[in-house]
Amino acid sequence: MSRTAVNGFLVLAVVYMLFPLVWLVTAATKDTGGLLAGNAFSFDGFNLGENLSNLASYGDGIYFRWYLNSLFYAGGGAVVCSLICVAAGYAFDKYEFRGKEKLFGLVLMGVLVPTTALALPMYLLASRTGLVNTYWSVLIPVLVNPFGVYLARVFSTGYIPNEALEAARIDGASELRVFWSIGLRMVMPGFVTVFLFQFTAIWNNFFLPLVMLSDRKLFPLSLGLYSWNTNTHGEPSFYPLVVTGSLLAVIPLIVAFVSLQRHWKAGLTAGSVK
Amino acid sequence: MNRARTTRAAAILLGPFFVLFTLAMVVPIGYAVWLSLFTEKQSGLGFGGTETVFSGLDNYAAALGDRAFREGFGVLLGYCLFYIPLLLIGALALALLLDSTLARARRFFQLALFLPHAVPGIIAALIWVYLYTPQLSPVISAMESGGIGFDFFSPEGALPSVVNIALWEWLGYNMVIFYAALQAIDRSVLEAATVDGAGAWRIALSIKVPLIRASVVMVALFTVIGSLQLFTEPLILNKGTGSAVSSTWTPNMYAYTAAFERNDYGLAAAASILLALTAALLSFVVTRFTGRKGRKA
Repeated sequence: MSRTAVNGFLVLAVVYMLFPLVWLVTAATKDTGGLLAGNAFSFDGFNLGENLSNLASYGDGIYFRWYLNSLFYAGGGAVVCSLICVAAGYAFDKYEFRGKEKLFGLVLMGVLVPTTALALPMYLLASRTGLVNTYWSVLIPVLVNPFGVYLARVFSTGYIPNEALEAARIDGASELRVFWSIGLRMVMPGFVTVFLFQFTAIWNNFFLPLVMLSDRKLFPLSLGLYSWNTNTHGEPSFYPLVVTGSLLAVIPLIVAFVSLQRHWKAGLTAGSVK
Repeated sequence: MNRARTTRAAAILLGPFFVLFTLAMVVPIGYAVWLSLFTEKQSGLGFGGTETVFSGLDNYAAALGDRAFREGFGVLLGYCLFYIPLLLIGALALALLLDSTLARARRFFQLALFLPHAVPGIIAALIWVYLYTPQLSPVISAMESGGIGFDFFSPEGALPSVVNIALWEWLGYNMVIFYAALQAIDRSVLEAATVDGAGAWRIALSIKVPLIRASVVMVALFTVIGSLQLFTEPLILNKGTGSAVSSTWTPNMYAYTAAFERNDYGLAAAASILLALTAALLSFVVTRFTGRKGRKA
């Protein structure tokens, strides 16, 4: 195939990938009437400012409350989860102990569990323990990511030379000290990778909050936008709210993926080669 | 290093993960199995509330005996047969194209094709459902002026509508995985083939693809598991006006409806377990079928 044909196909694929996002941007500048006119690939009738102020004021500014909730769930959850994963991956990589590979096999089996099948029993367990409809009910389950442990083990092997750890041990540092000040520091690029993927997974999580939460004040963005969308049939004025709200909800992830390209590529490479 | 010291350190570092793993995975699985063996019965004449009685495998029989549940598996089968080949072939084709293009363009294409993955599934579904809605969509009007009429909400349109959303979300992501694997191929192998007179097509199909077989298997495995859990995209279609997607369209939607609309937790648990067992069985089949020859990598 000629170079032009190759690039032609790739450009077509890029158009398919990007036009819904372009539509989202232009649609967010329309009022209800402009949206329903169906001709959204333009900036005619620019109404973005109005849409944003409606978004901020509707329901006492509930949208930005959802935004903060999402930042809290995704940011807090991903930091703790990545730390847990990196600690476990490091232990699997650097230590020898009885039953190690069996235990790691259990982790790998965890990767294959369809998580949505767990949401219902988790909901019932949470309602028995009084955790249902609290921050904890959506935060605790997302702290577990078996694939993150697998990635962390691969990164630990690649980034932390055993000699560096030996040197610290000879200096008399305890094992946890060695992990905290040498291992964790050296595996930082891997930590960022696990963090990025977990942040995205939590930000995008929908099923678990849908099952667990009924108080609108605790909703993350995904669930809040969903609840608005169900109003659009009766009340088309919700369309601009959903569209503008969706655009703002996508921006942090786009920024993260554009600025951290090295890290997600590293994650997908580590996942693919083994 | 002495043994007690390392065992203790390993236990401390692994502890948090396995505590949470037990709480958020092992216990819920066990609880789901337990729940699936019981059913709520109205006691007496229905005055004294309900009582929970052991019912053995009745819930499983009820789920399997329900036509809506079986049809859900039928939908999943159709979805997998439609979506997985398109995804694998599409992602492989794009990765091979990217692998043969100019180095400078690669970074841009890789990022642009990957970007939809940054869009939350629920928002991707919302965007596409709006693009499927005749009053809102510039695409439908463009298609109509081109003489193509397609109703994305019709019974025949349901499956293509969902497959398109899933492809949009996952094509670029998996393309990056394949591309990363292609980049890891030893270039001297490819040079040798070129010297032997193999063309670009021949090299792509008989050398590059077999060499990244392990990645293809892995992507296939994760895609099967993800596909079985199909929920968000059809739920949004279901909430759309006049869509042919029912509230029990996939097994996961069936379980959700059983739990939260009919309050039949036993039935919902049995449906979830059956779905998880299907996932386990298919993972086993995929790894077994492909494991033997793929092992050498």
